[in-house]
Amino acid sequence: MDTMPKWAEVVLVPLISLLLAAILSALVILGIGEDPVAAVKLMVTGALGSTYGWGYTLYYATNFMFTGLCVAIAFHARLFNIGGEGQAMLGGLGVALACLYIPWPHWSLALIGATAMAALFGAVWAAIPAFLQAKRGSHIVITTIMFNFIAAAVLNYILVNMMRPQGSMDPATARFPDATKLPTLHDLLAPIGINFSKAAPANISLLVAMAACIFLWVLIWRTRLGYEIRAYGHSESAAKYAGISPVKITMIAMIISGALAGMMAINNVMGEAERLVLNATEGAGFIGIAVALMGRSHPLGVFLAAILFGFLYQGGAELALWTSIPRELIVVIQALVILFTGALDNMVRMPLEKIFLSVRAARAPKPKRKPVEPAE
Amino acid sequence: MTDKTDMERQATAAPAIELKGISKAFGPVQANKDISIRVMPGTIHGIIGENGAGKSTLMSILYGFYKADKGEIFVGGKKTDIPDSQAAIAAGIGMVFQHFKLVENFTVLENIILGAEDGRLLKPSLAKARKSLLTLADDYGLKVDPDALIQDIGVGMQQRVEILKALYRQADILILDEPTGVLTPAEADQLFRILGRLKSEGKTIILITHKLREIMETTDTVSVMRRGEMTATVKTSETSPAALAELMVGRKVLLRVDKTPAQPGDVILDIEGLRVVDEKGVERLRGIDLQVRAGEILGVAGVAGNGQSELLEVLGGYRTGTGSVRVKGQALDLTGKHSDGQSRRQHGIAHVPEDRQREGLIMDYQAWENTAFGYHNDPAYRSGILMNNAAIKADTVEKMERFDVRPPNPKLEAKNFSGGNQQKIVLAREIERNPDLLLIGQPTRGVDIGAIEFIHQQIVALRDQGKAILLVSVELEEILALSDRVAVMFDGQVMGVRDASATDEKELGLMMAGITHAGEGT
Repeated sequence: MDTMPKWAEVVLVPLISLLLAAILSALVILGIGEDPVAAVKLMVTGALGSTYGWGYTLYYATNFMFTGLCVAIAFHARLFNIGGEGQAMLGGLGVALACLYIPWPHWSLALIGATAMAALFGAVWAAIPAFLQAKRGSHIVITTIMFNFIAAAVLNYILVNMMRPQGSMDPATARFPDATKLPTLHDLLAPIGINFSKAAPANISLLVAMAACIFLWVLIWRTRLGYEIRAYGHSESAAKYAGISPVKITMIAMIISGALAGMMAINNVMGEAERLVLNATEGAGFIGIAVALMGRSHPLGVFLAAILFGFLYQGGAELALWTSIPRELIVVIQALVILFTGALDNMVRMPLEKIFLSVRAARAPKPKRKPVEPAE
Repeated sequence: MTDKTDMERQATAAPAIELKGISKAFGPVQANKDISIRVMPGTIHGIIGENGAGKSTLMSILYGFYKADKGEIFVGGKKTDIPDSQAAIAAGIGMVFQHFKLVENFTVLENIILGAEDGRLLKPSLAKARKSLLTLADDYGLKVDPDALIQDIGVGMQQRVEILKALYRQADILILDEPTGVLTPAEADQLFRILGRLKSEGKTIILITHKLREIMETTDTVSVMRRGEMTATVKTSETSPAALAELMVGRKVLLRVDKTPAQPGDVILDIEGLRVVDEKGVERLRGIDLQVRAGEILGVAGVAGNGQSELLEVLGGYRTGTGSVRVKGQALDLTGKHSDGQSRRQHGIAHVPEDRQREGLIMDYQAWENTAFGYHNDPAYRSGILMNNAAIKADTVEKMERFDVRPPNPKLEAKNFSGGNQQKIVLAREIERNPDLLLIGQPTRGVDIGAIEFIHQQIVALRDQGKAILLVSVELEEILALSDRVAVMFDGQVMGVRDASATDEKELGLMMAGITHAGEGT
């Protein structure tokens, strides 16, 4: 029997984890002689207190949604794709090629084209480790990590030697043409009378990311493919019995995963930088792992966790800007959140389960249904 | 020792273990209800009950894994608190689990001292253990190679190591939880000889099982549990299997299968020269020829590991082989693109696999999701690329009712059903497909008596509808009860096929050991 109601499982556990992380972070801030309450205030106003703050929070969140979904879908097939970072980098290359070499008449077409290229490049980059795992048994954790480094090196080479404009000292591509400029949230919200900050980078990619969340939910929980992916993730031996091909599932799950990571590039490369620079991904691929863990690999969970991490990123930047709390400590705080919500999940879950059990036992002296099968 | 002195001793000695009024609830489920039991020293005490009757919970309380809500434990007449397994070991209680707790890549000796090392250095502990291992081996006839790796020795040997582990920790009371579940009949017999020896050396043994035969053959006293309660404790010599079965299930149980003679029709499954080489390059099937006709049950007997599993896997489409397999005249693809479970299902083959938890079910899927498992591409279960969840759920409710799955809740995850009910979910899924050929492996492994009766009836009913059934089981009793013809496998070959009515356990047992009748070839 389930020991906890579903709402406690998906809402209460992460909330308590978060609270614990916050308390510990507060102690750390106290320890270096700063005021934690003021720090929280600063983070909240910095990240959520203005449309400018929101613009940055949502911009980061968009990145994390893509990479979080990337890790989540792989998790469902019990594949640990740590290569989101590299796949997102390659996605950036796809976006740059699409934007620079195809004369788009309108941003909407450019968005579709760039999204397709980003997904394609990310998917190919994920498909190679997937193939090596499916056919040769090379462990996907190892290969995807290595592919992050390869991706960085490849990108470095291409930017420096091939795509850098003549005479430029900067290892980056030329600026994308104006026709590929994506509408920001300011542009999108102005017609309905909301005056959103002009300077913030959040753009229409946010809507694409949200659509990807919905798409993934349907895929995982409603389609036959999703059923097969989950079945394979739960039990490879059972999947074989049912005639579900491990090779097929590994390839498809990783291709979808890589495509999602690659699609992040429409946000950071096309939407924000409007050119491809070195290290455009800024570690978002790794944050995706934490986002997927915290979101329990559920698209809605990933959506919420991505916004939380967007808040931490933007709030953290504000802290570093306005207080003497060093930048490194912001990373510590983010790491604490990851630790508590991802790695120490059971620490909160188990006591909570006990509480629910005892409450239920006290409340229900006479169970309506006859207990048919006492636990062995 | 005569009966009289035995009784005198029991009258004077304190019970080795006495439980008084033990109760334990998990949430709303009362796993143990006011259980009292006295186990006399130097006896084998059986505890029998269906899956889910609360046997394992009771033993877990005794071994300190769970804390009882109420009740007291006395060991050797002394009230003892057992908060954890360390305390149980200190009190002289040793436990041999159904699933062994051994480190696969350690040697026997290393496993035995694991957790009982004397100092920081391993060498002296190992030397000491080696010495006492030799004494133990002499005293109880428990011979093992101390330097063999666990992964290299058989299941029977591994169990011996578990027993030695307990004895090395000076256990006087041994609890064995379903010890024969993983053993071949020969290994089981050996185990019972060892238990007899331990008993004669004064050890007390508690044997938990749901197999009546084991209780009748080995125990002195037997306690029956049903739905968390102790329904009776009787002397084994004063009871019968039928009486025990009734106490376990709570109603009269048919211990044999009622069936009419088979009326075989056309050949449905035709296997010729089937060979299988496994991943390590070992030939597992060495030229199998078998036929199964419509309306008959062909039982495949044999000691586990002689190729029966590989046979089912090739036929089920998830192992490759060479040779020829025809179903209703159509050749099956044994190596290529169409050698998968999906293609097999399209050929009208249904398959109840040997291991329902590893293969037949996704334990984390809900019952309705499992009902579609393997058939999720069926047009009735889908709409386009989407699953038709409503249709699957409706179908599941019907199937659960027809197969009396309890609780009849399609949203319960497979892992939360008892073994018998899990098996019923698999059976319902496969049998209700109305297949031409049903492959069925170990249909009643780990299934309680009440469910066994039902499962056997379903298999016979399918046969009577004119379907072909290939039954693999390591339980010879089951093979003889269900089959119309029996094939015996040994070392990847079929030793012979017999009419079930014209053979007996003795003949089949010899064939299982690789010996055919004199005059019938070598």
